[in-house]
Amino acid sequence: MRLSQAWTVARHDMRLLRQRRGILAGLIAFPVGVGLGFPALVGLVLLPRGGPDPRTWAPMFIDAFAFWFVIGAASLPTSIASYSIIGEKVSKSLEPLLSTPTTDGEILLGKALAALLPTLLAGWSGALVFQAAMDLATVGPFGYLYYPNWQMAVELFVAMPVVALMAIEASVVISSRVSDVRTAQQYAGLIFVPMIFIYVAAEITFPLNTTNLAYLAGVFGLVALALYWVSLKAFRREEILTRWK
Amino acid sequence: MIHAENLTKRFGELTAVDNVSLDVEEGEIFGFLGPNGAGKTTTVRMLSGLISKSSGTAVVAGCEVGKEADALRLRSQIGILPENVGLYEGSNAYQNLEYFGQLYRMDPSTLRRNIERLLRSMDLWDKRDAPVETFSKGMKQKLAIARALVHDPILLFLDEPTANLDPEAAKMVRDTILALRREKRTIFLNTHNLDEAQRVCDRVGILRTRLLTIGSPRDLEAGLVGRRTVVRLDRATESLAAAVRQRLGARRVEISGDRLAIEVEDPDRENPEIVAALVAAGGRIRELSQPSASLEEVYLKLIHEGEPAS
Ligand SMILES: Nc1ncnc2c1ncn2[C@@H]1O[C@H](COP(=O)(O)OP(=O)(O)OP(=O)(O)O)[C@@H](O)[C@H]1O
Ligand SMILES: [Mg+2]
Repeated sequence: MRLSQAWTVARHDMRLLRQRRGILAGLIAFPVGVGLGFPALVGLVLLPRGGPDPRTWAPMFIDAFAFWFVIGAASLPTSIASYSIIGEKVSKSLEPLLSTPTTDGEILLGKALAALLPTLLAGWSGALVFQAAMDLATVGPFGYLYYPNWQMAVELFVAMPVVALMAIEASVVISSRVSDVRTAQQYAGLIFVPMIFIYVAAEITFPLNTTNLAYLAGVFGLVALALYWVSLKAFRREEILTRWK
Repeated sequence: MIHAENLTKRFGELTAVDNVSLDVEEGEIFGFLGPNGAGKTTTVRMLSGLISKSSGTAVVAGCEVGKEADALRLRSQIGILPENVGLYEGSNAYQNLEYFGQLYRMDPSTLRRNIERLLRSMDLWDKRDAPVETFSKGMKQKLAIARALVHDPILLFLDEPTANLDPEAAKMVRDTILALRREKRTIFLNTHNLDEAQRVCDRVGILRTRLLTIGSPRDLEAGLVGRRTVVRLDRATESLAAAVRQRLGARRVEISGDRLAIEVEDPDRENPEIVAALVAAGGRIRELSQPSASLEEVYLKLIHEGEPAS
């Protein structure tokens, strides 16, 4: 495995990404929406309602909202990853690509990076906006700055990358089995389901504190690893060349 | 440059390539002819290590095909123009070549030089910044050939480089191939265009799952279809035909118009006999000729017989 070779693939695929308006729009709209939408909800709707001391109940909501960055990490990269594999299928550029001295592992890593980096970039910039806006909305009632905190750090630097990788690997596996982007995205969208489940649980009972987030990240990490292994098996040159018609 | 022995590829029940043995020398343009589904693409994919072989051995550019340790070295020494060009349509010509040069780990300055040289030689330099989707088929084909050459491979596989091109674009591509010949590159050319094979190849092999024959176009034309002598006379009559048959001993002699077409084995020995027989029978000979079969005739004959001619 030569990282420089994978990086060549990743750079190329990220350049192609610039031609995909729909995906770009999602990469921009998501962080802006989450980064400004939830702080606005907290500052303009939830807190003004009054009632018991907000420090006792508001953090639970805020933490659940922050989880949207993890949910985003599960959904944003699936369209990128599906495109970067199925796009090559459609343009029939996989055969020339496979005929260069690049290994399957390098190609898959390159494609994973090409989906991971834009996702993290979008998620992290959205998270900056989110934290600043949330502090602005809560510093009055709370009397202290809620962000930055450890929880968000775990969320952004552990859970997000891990969940994104899991979604990417799932997309790779699915993309090597189906031949159009729409179908691939529909299947990959299933990753969304457990995420929403966790989100709903977080709103009700399951506190998304550092420990729980770390556990979740651990589980997703294992799933991502298993899926990477499956993707290496699923990505068989011979089948790709002779069956991907 | 290529040495293959009993190369075989099976897809489940179907044998796509059956015991193909061939050698291609350095600097040679080798034409691989065969009808649709003959196994040309499959052979090229095996030789270039893109798909596995079911059995047999092959050494290509000094690398053993199918040996994991040689795989990357093999791929870095050869260039392939696949059946479907597979360019990145949204990227421009320069970017398409640049990406592949980088994948071949070329140093940036050599890469830049090669790209410029290739694009200029293909008349695409002025179009280097235009997205490939705006290119004509012929231009795409040339760009894909340039891509196969960007890393200076010693061996080039071209899979039907002129298929689906109009005559002018096909000529453009053919001229490019001839220019490559002058550069002394070894080229393995898949085609079902016989005329093309005849014009550019040093040797050709005819494939229909099995390798039916192999040789220079000239040898194939001369050797494989029975030779004929055609005699044009004042009048070609059945009695003259009978006289020739009698002299040569039960040969096929056909009359068409004012001509007799006579199957011969050794023209140097038999032609004088034919003349003598005809003159003796009162025929007045205007012309005697020895038309050679075209490669097309050889091809069609072999393909239809489906058996190697001895
Ligand atoms: N993955 C596969 N599974 C089953 N059969 C296959 C597969 N790939 C190729 N074949 C079969 O192998 C045979 C040879 O195919 P190949 O593409 O090598 O022929 P070809 O000579 O290149 O034909 P063409 O002139 O149409 O390009 C065909 O009968 C084809 O259907
Ligand atoms: Mg073919």
